[in-house]
Amino acid sequence: MIEIDDKDHQLLARLADGLPLVSQPYAEIGAALGLSEADVIARLRHLLTMGVIRRLGLIVRHHELGYRANAMTVWDAPDDEADALGAKLAAYPFVTLCYRRRRQLPHWPYNLFAMVHGKARAQVLTQIDQLNDQVGLRRLPHRVLFSNKRYKQDAARFGTGLANAR
Amino acid sequence: MARPQSLSRRETDLLNRYQRDFPLQPRPYAAMAEAMDMAEDDVLAMLADLQGRGVLGRVGATVQPNSAGASTLAALAVPPARLEAVADQVSAFDEVNHNYAREHEYNLWFVLTAADDAALDQALAKIEASTGLSPIKLPLEAEYHIDLGFPL
Repeated sequence: MIEIDDKDHQLLARLADGLPLVSQPYAEIGAALGLSEADVIARLRHLLTMGVIRRLGLIVRHHELGYRANAMTVWDAPDDEADALGAKLAAYPFVTLCYRRRRQLPHWPYNLFAMVHGKARAQVLTQIDQLNDQVGLRRLPHRVLFSNKRYKQDAARFGTGLANAR
Repeated sequence: MARPQSLSRRETDLLNRYQRDFPLQPRPYAAMAEAMDMAEDDVLAMLADLQGRGVLGRVGATVQPNSAGASTLAALAVPPARLEAVADQVSAFDEVNHNYAREHEYNLWFVLTAADDAALDQALAKIEASTGLSPIKLPLEAEYHIDLGFPL
């Protein structure tokens, strides 16, 4: 885990609530945390450089824009092939997330995950077919899990150390 | 289910342009306004309106998993008749930030975040105790995709 200090944690907790829509938002969140505007900006830049923050910007809720055919495709890939296959999958523009996760045997044998978001199920299935054919994944055990309802979509909150900031 | 929102060209431009590389300067919305040939107040009003319509979640950060705490994907195999009730129970946990139904025997999928792995396991144990169902825990091992936002 990358070392970040308590103020960084508090800053990330504030960001989970969103940067305020005011002319000088960094000054406003800084005032709540006892930091200057310049200090907030410098800390955010540092968190981005270290890779703790992957992306700073507008967080779009794609569901509200009609992207409701959301499929998680999972494969049981041999351990020594998963990284190469994952890198190939991630290169497709319609793959919005791609990662390897730990299996939980015997309940869950799949380790390679790719998300495809689209407006229509048929189009998403065509794109998944393309992945299976072009990346050579059809031979592997796989499943497509469409999402049919979203119950919650919030920013991540990391508990202890952050609670004080709110 | 509400009808999908449609976007004006200018809204689409704004959302595509600033899902990443949000200006790190004292007046970020003024910097965006200048780049978009708009007034700062108009950018602020447009963002507030998009937020009101549910299209913009927030102006914020996506955090690298496991860099500022611990997180995991988890799932439950819920008897279909109980799905809505169990989904509500799971969503009520502060540690749960995403929670979706999916078409599979494991039909409820959620992401948990907490200070560390022990706190994740505690939350999963509480979920198991309150629902009577055993979650599977599928922590991240490698990520292949760079998060660039979602092109519209």
